[in-house]
Amino acid sequence: MRIRQAMVAAAASAALACSAWAAAADAPVRGGTLVIGSTQVPRHLNGAVQSGIATAMPSTQLFASPLRFDADWKPHPYLAESWDLSADGKTLTLKLRKNAVFHDGKPVTSADVAFSIMAIKKNHPFQTMLAPVEKVDTPDPLTAVVHMSQPHPAILLAMSPALMPILPKHIYDDGQDLKTHPRNSAGVVGSGPFTLKEFKPGQEAVLERFDKFFLPERPYLDRVVIKINPDATNLLIGLERGDIQVLPYMTDPTILRRAKEDKGIVMTDRGYEGIGALSWLAFNTARKPLDDARVRQAIAYATDKKFIVRALNAGFAKPASGPIIGTSPFAANGLPDYALNLKKAGQLLDEAGFKAGADGERMSLTIDYMPGSDVQGKNVAEYLRSQLKKIGIAVQVRASPDFPTWAKRIASHDFDMTTDIVFNWGDPVIGVHRTYLSSNIRDIIWTNTQSYRNPRVDELLEQAGRETDVEKRKALYGEFQKIVMTDLPIMFLTVIPYHTLSVQRVHGLPDGIWGLLSPLDETWIAK
Amino acid sequence: MLYFLLRRLAYAAVLLLAVVSLNFLLIHISPGDPVETIAGSMGGLSEALRAQLRAQYGLDQPFLVQLGIYLNQVLHGDLGYSYFFNLPVADLIWQRVPATLLLVVTSVLAAFLTGTFLGTLAARRPNGPLSQGVTLLSIVGYSAPVFWMGIVLIILFASVLPIFPVSDMRSAGADESGWAGMLDVLHHLVLPAFTLAFVYLAQYSRLARASVMDALSADYIRTARAKGLSERRVLYKHALRNGVLPVVTMLGLQFGNVLAGAILVETVFNWPGLGRLAFDSVLRRDYPTLLGILLFASLLVVIMNQLTDLAYRLIDPRIKTA
Repeated sequence: MRIRQAMVAAAASAALACSAWAAAADAPVRGGTLVIGSTQVPRHLNGAVQSGIATAMPSTQLFASPLRFDADWKPHPYLAESWDLSADGKTLTLKLRKNAVFHDGKPVTSADVAFSIMAIKKNHPFQTMLAPVEKVDTPDPLTAVVHMSQPHPAILLAMSPALMPILPKHIYDDGQDLKTHPRNSAGVVGSGPFTLKEFKPGQEAVLERFDKFFLPERPYLDRVVIKINPDATNLLIGLERGDIQVLPYMTDPTILRRAKEDKGIVMTDRGYEGIGALSWLAFNTARKPLDDARVRQAIAYATDKKFIVRALNAGFAKPASGPIIGTSPFAANGLPDYALNLKKAGQLLDEAGFKAGADGERMSLTIDYMPGSDVQGKNVAEYLRSQLKKIGIAVQVRASPDFPTWAKRIASHDFDMTTDIVFNWGDPVIGVHRTYLSSNIRDIIWTNTQSYRNPRVDELLEQAGRETDVEKRKALYGEFQKIVMTDLPIMFLTVIPYHTLSVQRVHGLPDGIWGLLSPLDETWIAK
Repeated sequence: MLYFLLRRLAYAAVLLLAVVSLNFLLIHISPGDPVETIAGSMGGLSEALRAQLRAQYGLDQPFLVQLGIYLNQVLHGDLGYSYFFNLPVADLIWQRVPATLLLVVTSVLAAFLTGTFLGTLAARRPNGPLSQGVTLLSIVGYSAPVFWMGIVLIILFASVLPIFPVSDMRSAGADESGWAGMLDVLHHLVLPAFTLAFVYLAQYSRLARASVMDALSADYIRTARAKGLSERRVLYKHALRNGVLPVVTMLGLQFGNVLAGAILVETVFNWPGLGRLAFDSVLRRDYPTLLGILLFASLLVVIMNQLTDLAYRLIDPRIKTA
């Protein structure tokens, strides 16, 4: 009986959906609950003191930021209705909207912007993002002027929702440490399109429409629920059953293949340009024999990236061509690509003085992999083990039971080679420089744990970071990329095949470079 | 009697203290620390911020000092703050207790009742078809790993027969109050509770079958039959009442092992209980949360042992305070 009812209901709703689709394709509808499934567990909801996609997703709904960015990396007004970056690149003036209020009804003023920028500079893990910012002036309640000690073109991308939540000064400036502020998890107040109804750590965040949101008629949705489940397959079942409407950050080929075959699921890999997630193999260049660039190049020549893309990732990933993600305006073309060439690999090793012994072996190395994703970690490591054997390198795969164990090993430079997943985070200053600057060789994960040193690279990055002319900046990053691809402290493998899956009834999902790390004020669900 | 109780309580307190210290040691032996995980969730962390976090969590102190501070805290009834969520551990635990209790109590009780009943029935004719069936069922239940069972059920109920939800405790965005909310939870409870109960059921039915069979061969049963009691009365009043003791022991033990059994089921079904929280806390090296949960679990074991002793005396009046 139940089953029959369900089938009748399903048929009826399918029929309804078809007619609604035709009628409502371009007219947004008010109301409805959007359930987003996520494998990421946010520590709390305040993106001002916590980076990462887990917190950014709810944080960008709760807090508004000065600007937002479209799919072409172009800024658009958000809390700021206009802005001006001075010709010398050292002053950014933001003009705020008159009608913007926080969830508690108090107006958003330049004092809040000044407080937030300085608080983020002080507390946010991305220290390079606002490093040159000296102070923020507030000549009037709607004007904030950011002063910087040197030209800092990255400041514009730093105004994105995911990186620059504007906090109400009257709530968060109460003398408590912002990183452990109780209102990061409960009673969160921002000026974004949704207010916080409930946050259950490790389970879900329930957000409700903010009626006084500064953009008229927005948002369309009544409610957004972010449901956490560490198991992606379980989430996909939820999407298929209709319990969940949107599933961002899906990478697993099994999941993607199944979703692709399902006509009811819309799948896109757009919206991940901003975070720019790369999968790579890092070399410990401080250790012999990996201190020799020829050995690293030989390993690259022995690696068939096409196999990793087509077989391991089932064709869903794109190959990574360098340290800057291909969709970034700063990505260079024509970089050395190290297409599979075992003979050349052997020659390079010979040149470097690693002749094959009687057993055909030249050297032995270890490879670590980041636990969490078998596809990008363990499988790549196992593939490389069998592949490098062909050029006489015996590889031992070292497993880590969990993330902290692996992170500890890499942070203390106790590795030969390791797979890793690292984000560009928009501007290269934020997410790229850290990996290559010799001043950033630290005992910390996601710094220059490769111990890579090249004075020219240091120089180029330093210049590019403060170059305000886009073309000149591109040229500087172009040279940087060429050098890195020759020195090869890192072998770039793939762009992480992040995909967003959604049911067909959902329209108007954010389509900028930050994808779902953007306000969902234009999203609506067809009836 | 009072002396006995006090002595028991003192034992329990010392035991708990030892458990806490051992847990503390074990957790700190594992490589990597919470700051590493937090850095992981942030996509990197600067040296200054790391040092600040370490100092804030007391991780820069020597091990014994850390242990001392923690024990002192616990003795004052304070479980501390979760490193990961930055919320009081007690709050996090209480938030999860109802879900775990609901799951465990439902499945253990269901398994206990059906298991004992099936086992007793089987004991009447140890070689009959029912007995064979129970044996088969319990072999399957006992040998099939609980996560496998859960996954099979998920596959079955996700695609073939989609009548039960396969994850979470509530429908997202659904009304949580009133009858509708309760029915929603019960609906979600079916699969995880069944999965967990199936394993326990195997143990209970085997145990009940064996001990009732044992009891049935005793002299007093022959006497009972000889004085003309009905077979029903013999079975349920005389044999079962004696035979059920080991099963009750088992019940007590199992309630104590709440977490162990629940971790897998909670993980497979994304059930928001303590087991899941414990598992995640290990991965996050969230020491205070994990220690809090372990302490809570140890406390539960101690309490359940006392209650089991009490239950013995109710079921079998021959047992006096020993």
